Parts: sequence; C-alpha cells; structure tokens
Amino acid sequence: MTMMSLCRLTALELAGKLCAGEVTQREAVEAASARIAATQGTLNTFITPDGPAFPAADLSASPLAGVPMAYKDNISTRGVKTTCASKILGDFQPPYDATAVERLSAAGAVSMGKLNMDEFAMGSTSETSWYGSVRNPWDTGRAAGGSSGGAAAAVAAGQVWYAIASDTGGSIRQPAAHCGVTGMKPTYGAVSRYGLIAYASSLDQLGPIARSAADCAAVLDVMMGGDPRDGTSLDIPAGKLLASLSGDLRGRRVGIPADCFGDGLDGEVSRAVLAAAEVLKGRGAQVETFALPAVRYAVPAYYIIACAEASSNLSRFDGVKYGWRAEGYGDLNDLYCATRTGGFGREVKRRILLGTFVLSAGYYDAYYKKALQVKAVIKRAFDEAFEKYDLLLTPVTPATAPRLGESLSDPLKMYLGDVYTVSVNLAGLPAASMPCGFDAQGLPIGAQLIGPALGEQAVLDGAHAFQLDTDYHRRMPEVTL
Amino acid sequence: MKITEEMVDYVSALARLKLADEERSAMAAELEHILEYMEMLGGLDTHDIAPMSHIFPVRNVLRADVAAPSMDRAVLLSGAPVPDGEAFLVPKAVD
Amino acid sequence: MIWETVIGLETHVELATKTKIFCACTTAFGGDPNTHCCPVCTGMPGTLPVLNGKVVEFAARAGLALGCEITRYCRFDRKNYFYPDLPKAYQVSQLYLPIARNGAVPIPGGRTIRIHELHMEEDAGKLVHDPWRDQTRADYNRCGVPLIEIVTEPDFRTGNEVIAYLEKLRSTLQYLGVSDCKMQEGSLRCDVNLSVRPAGSVGLGTRTEMKNLSSFKAISRAIVYEARRQIELIEEGGRVVQETRRWDENKDATYAMRSKENAQDYRYFPDPDIPPLELPQSYLERLRAEQPEMAWEKAERYQRDYALSAYDTEMITAQKALADFFEAAVALGTDPKQCANWIMGEVLRALSERGMEPGDMALTPGTLSRLIALVQGGRLNRNTAVKVFDAVFDQNGDVDAYVKEHGLEQISDPGAVATAVEKAFGANPKSILDYKAGKEKAFGFLVGQVMRELHGRADPKAVNEAVRAGLDRC
Repeated sequence: MTMMSLCRLTALELAGKLCAGEVTQREAVEAASARIAATQGTLNTFITPDGPAFPAADLSASPLAGVPMAYKDNISTRGVKTTCASKILGDFQPPYDATAVERLSAAGAVSMGKLNMDEFAMGSTSETSWYGSVRNPWDTGRAAGGSSGGAAAAVAAGQVWYAIASDTGGSIRQPAAHCGVTGMKPTYGAVSRYGLIAYASSLDQLGPIARSAADCAAVLDVMMGGDPRDGTSLDIPAGKLLASLSGDLRGRRVGIPADCFGDGLDGEVSRAVLAAAEVLKGRGAQVETFALPAVRYAVPAYYIIACAEASSNLSRFDGVKYGWRAEGYGDLNDLYCATRTGGFGREVKRRILLGTFVLSAGYYDAYYKKALQVKAVIKRAFDEAFEKYDLLLTPVTPATAPRLGESLSDPLKMYLGDVYTVSVNLAGLPAASMPCGFDAQGLPIGAQLIGPALGEQAVLDGAHAFQLDTDYHRRMPEVTL
Repeated sequence: MKITEEMVDYVSALARLKLADEERSAMAAELEHILEYMEMLGGLDTHDIAPMSHIFPVRNVLRADVAAPSMDRAVLLSGAPVPDGEAFLVPKAVD
Repeated sequence: MIWETVIGLETHVELATKTKIFCACTTAFGGDPNTHCCPVCTGMPGTLPVLNGKVVEFAARAGLALGCEITRYCRFDRKNYFYPDLPKAYQVSQLYLPIARNGAVPIPGGRTIRIHELHMEEDAGKLVHDPWRDQTRADYNRCGVPLIEIVTEPDFRTGNEVIAYLEKLRSTLQYLGVSDCKMQEGSLRCDVNLSVRPAGSVGLGTRTEMKNLSSFKAISRAIVYEARRQIELIEEGGRVVQETRRWDENKDATYAMRSKENAQDYRYFPDPDIPPLELPQSYLERLRAEQPEMAWEKAERYQRDYALSAYDTEMITAQKALADFFEAAVALGTDPKQCANWIMGEVLRALSERGMEPGDMALTPGTLSRLIALVQGGRLNRNTAVKVFDAVFDQNGDVDAYVKEHGLEQISDPGAVATAVEKAFGANPKSILDYKAGKEKAFGFLVGQVMRELHGRADPKAVNEAVRAGLDRC
C-alpha cells in the first residue's frame, strides 16, 4: 500500500493489517511521520512531535496495538514536554504519565507526540495557543475548532489514526465536527483525569478523536474504568464497547430537543442533522421531537462554573515549582504578577478574572451558587428526557468552521457557539460528535448523539449505525500544502 | 451590572495579574458584557433547588493509610525555575 | 471601669496518621527538605487528591469525644490564596459543611466551653529565609499533613480557663490516639482571638487574633499582655483595630502583622476533585463504642483501685504517655503506690530537667519496675536508687549491671554495720556526749558518719537502729 492510502484507513483497519503482517509497525509510523512532515507546516497540529522507538508495541496487547496516535498537550506524558499550549509551562516535563497514557501505552499505543490546542483548553478555535493557531485541513483559512483543534485536525489530515483529547464544554466534539471526524466525550468519571492538567475539574473528561465510532469504542475500551488516583473516577466494568458494538437501532428511541433547532442555528447544519435522524430511523430507531428548555441556561451556568474552577486550578502556575518564571521581578508579589501576567494569554486571563469575580466576596451567591443550582436543573431535565429516550440527537455547533481571526474579537459570541455542547458537560453525560454532511463551501458538519450517564454503548451504537450507512467519516480533505 | 476598573483591579490583585491601562478598560467592558449575559440565569426560579457541586452521588472515596515512597528530590526539583538542590527558592517571604 | 476579657480559640492539631491527607507520603516529623513529597502534595499539574480514610476516622473520633454533632453529609472546600508555602495556591479545608459542630468541653472549675466547629484541612509547607542569598527556601514536607482545626465559641474569660481547656483538649486527643499534640513540633498550634468589654455588658468588643504562640506559657503571657494593651488603648481614648498580631516571645509583646495578611477574600468553593462524605450511622456508632478510657476516667479508676491521691492521678493521667507508662509498670507487678511515687518524683523531675515530653523518654516501664523491686527487696537503698535512676534514665540502661559495676548493692551484713558504728563512735566522742546531754542533732550526725563509712550503701533503717542501740549501751 502507498503511504497515502494507509493514512485513509481507520485505526482498526490499520491494526488489522498490522496483525495480518500486511503492514509493519515501522511502515505505519513512517507513513504517519511523512504525513506529519508534509502537513505540519500548514496545519500546525503538533507542539511536540515525538517518534517511537522500535519495536514500538506488542501487537497482541489490544485491538489498536501498534497504531500511531497522539495526545493533546494538556495530558501529562512522562519526560515529554507538556505545555497546555501556554508559555507559562515553559519546557515542563512531567515526572509521571497520566493514567490514560499508562493504560494506552500498555495497550500498545504508539505516540507520535503532543498536539496543539487552545491555551489551557480555553477557546473554541485553537487560536489561543502560545504556539500559534491550528489550521483546518478542509480550508486552511479556517479554524480547526477548539480546544482540541490539533487533535481533530491531525486525525482529519491523516497524520495519526486517533488522538486522545479532553472535553470540558465541547472541546472534543466541536473540533471533531469542524474537521469531519468522530469524537467522543465519555460520562464524567468514566475515564481517570489523573494527569490531565485541569481546566474545570467538575467538567473535564478525556476521550478519543478518531475516524469512526468503532475506533472510538476500541480506544475507550482501554481508557475507561476506575482509578485509585482519581477519587471522582467511577468504578465501572470496561472493555466491552467494541465487542458489543451494534448497528441495529430497532427499539431505540431517539429524542430531538426542539430547543436546539431554534434561532442562531445555520440552515445547512440544521438540515444535515435532521437528515441524520432519517438515517437512524432507517436503522430502526424511533425518532421524535420534544422540548428541553433548560438547555437555554447552559452557557451562562457553564462559563460561571468553568471559569470559577479554572481561576483556582490555574493559581498553581506561579513561577515557583515548575514552568516559566518572569525575569526582572522584585519582591514575591511581583514575581507572581510578572510570571502570571507574562505567562498567560489574553483569553486565559479573561477567564481567570471572570472566575475570580464570581467567587469573590459578595458575588458568590448571585453567580456561583446560582450556577450550581442551574446545573441541578439541567441535570434533572436530562434525567427526565432519558426516561423517554435512549439517545438525544442535536447539532454540535451552530455553524461550520469560522475563518481564522473571526472569533476572538467577541468573546461572548465565541462562548455562545458552545450552546449545544456545554449542557452535556454540566450533566456529566456521554456524547459523540459524528460527521453528517458538508455545507456548500465543502466544510464538514457534525451531529451530536447524547446518552444517559454511562450510556457509552448506546451513543457509540447510534454513531456506528449511522456510519454503516454513510461515508462522511471516510472523506478526507486534500490539504493545500 | 457595571464593572468598574476598580473592580477589575480588585480581582486582578486577587488573581495576581497585572493589566496594562488599556487592557484594564477593555477587560472591564468585556467582563461587563459577559456578566450582563449571565444575568439571564435570574430568569430561572431556583429557590428550592440545592446547589449541585458534584454531579453523581459518589460518596466516601477513601484511601487506606499506607505509606508509599516519596519522589526522588532531584526529580521533584528538576522542573523548578530556581531550585538550590534542596528547596524551591522565592524572594523573601518570611517576616 | 472594670473590664472583662473575652477569648475564643482556634486550635490546629496535626493528626497522627502514617500518611498525608491526600497522598501516600509519610507524615514523619523532620526529614531533609522536600524529601517527604510527591507530585500530589507539591501540586504538580494534573495530579489529584485522594482522601485518606484515617483522617476522616480521626476527625470523627475527635468530634465525638468533644461532644460534637457529626455532620452526616460533609464536604471539602478550597480556600484560595497565594503564598509560597501553599503549592496549589489553595488549601483544601472545610468551610460550608465541616465534619463536626456544636460540641461542649467541660473544664475544671465547672465551666463548659462550647465548640463551634471542628473541620479537616491540609497543612502548609515550611518557609525558611536564607539571609546569605536573601532568598526564601520552600520545603513542602509538611504540605498535606492532615490537620483538624477546632474552633471554640468566645467562652473563655481568663488565661487559666484557656490553659485548662487546652490541657483537656490535648489529653483527649492523645488518649484517642489521633494526635501526639507536641507544641514544640508544631503538632498543636493555637491562635487566640481576644477582645475586652466593660464587665457586665453583653456585646463583644473588636477582637484581635494572636498567632505564633508556641507554648502554653506563651499563650498565658500573650493573653495578659493583649488584654492590658486593649484596655489601655480604650482607656486612652483609642480604638482596637481588628487585625492579626504576632506574639514575640523575646520581647513579651504582640505586634500587628502586615496589613495584607488581614482581610483576605479567600473565594471558598466546594472542591470538585473530592467526592463528599456521607458517614453512615453504623460507622459513627462503632467509633463511639470504641472510644478509649479518657484521662479523667483513668484518674478515677486509679484513685478507686490503687488508693492514689487525686493530685497524683491527675498528674499521671495528664499525659497519656505517662499513664501508659504507669499502667505498664503496674502490669509488670510493681506496687502501684511505689510506682506512682517514683513517677511523681523522679520521672517528672528528670523530664522537666531535660525539657522532655513523657512520650520521648527512653526509660521503659520494665527498667523502673526493676529499680523499685530492688529497693523493695532491700537490695538498694532509696538514695542510691535515685542515683541509679539518673544514671540509667537517658539510655534506659541496665539497672542490675549498673548496680553491680558500681558496687552499689545495699550492705545488709550486721557485722559491717557494727564495725562502722564503732569506728564513728571512736572518732566522735563529743557527739556521744552531746547526745547524752539531750542534743538529738548529734544522733543524726552520727548516723551520717556511719553511712559515709559505708559509702551510703547501707539500709538507713538498720543504721538508725544500730546507732540508737550503740548509744544506749554507752
């Protein structure tokens, strides 16, 4: 096979060829390296490329053993620079692996390095990175989405067969939608957060971005399960998603929240998502529309909670224990201020200030406490919805990928772009983003499937069923070099 | 709510961030704009709803009191901007 | 104007767990800087806390013993502030739902001090300034050592009440085994909130908070000083400012700390990384049932079973290590009364001479038992035994070996005593005449001479009898 045709395979297809001896691990890694070398300059997907030593993996370790992949750069990798795309982390090399990295390494994952992202995962376009913007492989004048833009673009461009990313308010699903690949955020607690550098601890979750739902199932089989190092991880049986994957949706009830198809949604996106509903029907699902008004409050509640937690989580970056320290400071306070002011980008500072404000004396009840109450309301609304439905179908984004530089000028407008994804994080639910069409400009459109807590199998079954009857997820961009 | 530059100064000091003058006024306007939007939450009656800090009813996640070796100090200090082989150094912080 | 002092205490106690509150690093005191640390307790990016179950158990035990209600559903909060001894820039503590509330501690004298709350939190690191480099060194060994903070209502009126409460608190926590409460190692630390008001008035005056109080003595003196300072200030027409003041041991005075350490906005919020606790009733019942015998209960038992005085039993039980020592010695068959006498006398003296805590002493109950047995068996006299005690105390030496090596065994041969009496009489004829003339003092002198002749090793009773008999014969 030519290198380029290797890059068109799904991760499981490549794994099959490795096992059959049709392709060697070295050939797979060389194909990835060549693709990265050819497109990195254009796409800026990697912050730290990193090749493996050979033999890289024991092919019997898991269904994905030997397949080249990469990690978002907010995931701790022992001895490999981990930056969160921020200047403040400098050349920080964690002396530990994230639990997910440990599990994937043991399963034969072959890391090609660390992927670009919005600084500290704060952003929707991967333009807030200290290491420069990621470009969308479908149109390099456009953003790849965010915050996991590097991960989604790398998979879309065939640089790696899958990537591990984090999702706090849509950071896996939204860039996956903008780049035409499949991304899955599991139930909160389903994957250990140990080693994931926190943005908002109550919302952060690790998950895969890959070409297909089946690939995502194979990755989650390795990553999921309780971890004694993360008290919020759930002690659940794991490892059966891929084996149980079914494209048969007979008897499955799919709800479409009417509130997600109102003002602000692009017509082409709306039509593509509703067309996806028809495909699910064709696989046996019963589809109906219902009201979910609580999601209207999700964006403000999300930004209050996420920024509040971020303001606390990011306080440890102070130039004392690790990372970058400003020069020319005077006293202790000056060291803190100079390092943090010089080390954080503008969007991170904005969210830290917002979070500090909503927690500060006199404002806690009106903002933070209120947001926690709204979170309870949203959780209850989803609980009620899942009494009637097995899955919910919504858009991922109001529109396809924006032009570079278009979003940052109006932060509120950028936040509102997360309207369909953040409620899922507030409620702790699993959700996938799957490619469901293209707009007139040839840009990918994503549809979101949301499941009940620990309903990963239902979500993946839905996406898999859709992908059995469509080929949007197999299309690849022709990157202009 | 009106966000004044004094309020921005107050939270900046708490967060150990120092904004330049023009950044300060821009930030005040942006925060005001965002917080104004957040006030829509007031439209949802939540007086009988308990604030939800943790999404799932996971309780009593406890570790046994068994010691494990600590980290090698050289490794612990390896990423520090200014270590002295034994400790992390900062400007005078003791009375 | 007659003034009344109103005092409330915030006491931090390090729990005697083997490991830190959120990671498996040791809590051992000391250690080279930054050698009891890991990525979790130094707040490295991506690391997460996992709560030590023993911390919850110890905090609940303390809460129960202090008469508190245990909060069924409790949670941890983050207290946010920047300081180099706090690597995460937040301290995990409990603000909204502390583990225990509304306790009551009766103190000697009949009053009861109400406990406002008891909560769990993590300790901070240690900062040491290096004057040569003009840099402060941060050592994170103490970071994450579990603490409970016990906050009283403003129920104290005198320094004596404060000390009585602290002694009771220390004894309770030591008996529970939840803390060693060593002030000199910082495992018991106390901040004093103090205000004054005209006697008889109801409202509270403006209070100050005093820190850096490293001993009970310092607490007593700081209370006296600060009350006087506030009264003088008000009487001169001034106004007390709410502030944190630092006690300077050497200058015997308190000083206002820099203002930035006052009036903080800590932005507490529930820690999302730590699932809440919901303590089952059965768990609390078990802890209640397992509560060990407390100091005052032991004291009563010693009085009842061993006929010891109230004072002695109070002293012996004041520190658990001492009571344990006593009970171990008695269990070895030592006469309780003798044992108590030795502890009240020589043991406490030796400890105070060395500035040591009973828990740190090398001397074992077995060694003291052996010494007492030698005295009771007539093989050592009491005075020699004290010398032996002093010789073996520091290293827990072998009593028998020491006695043998130094030839200290008591002389009980009547012939040797008689010879010595003869010799003393021969050398001091005037004393015999004095005695005959009714000067009882001369008797003591002669006894002393005989004892000297016998190198102090004779049984004083036998010597007394021999001298008396000799004089009668003269």
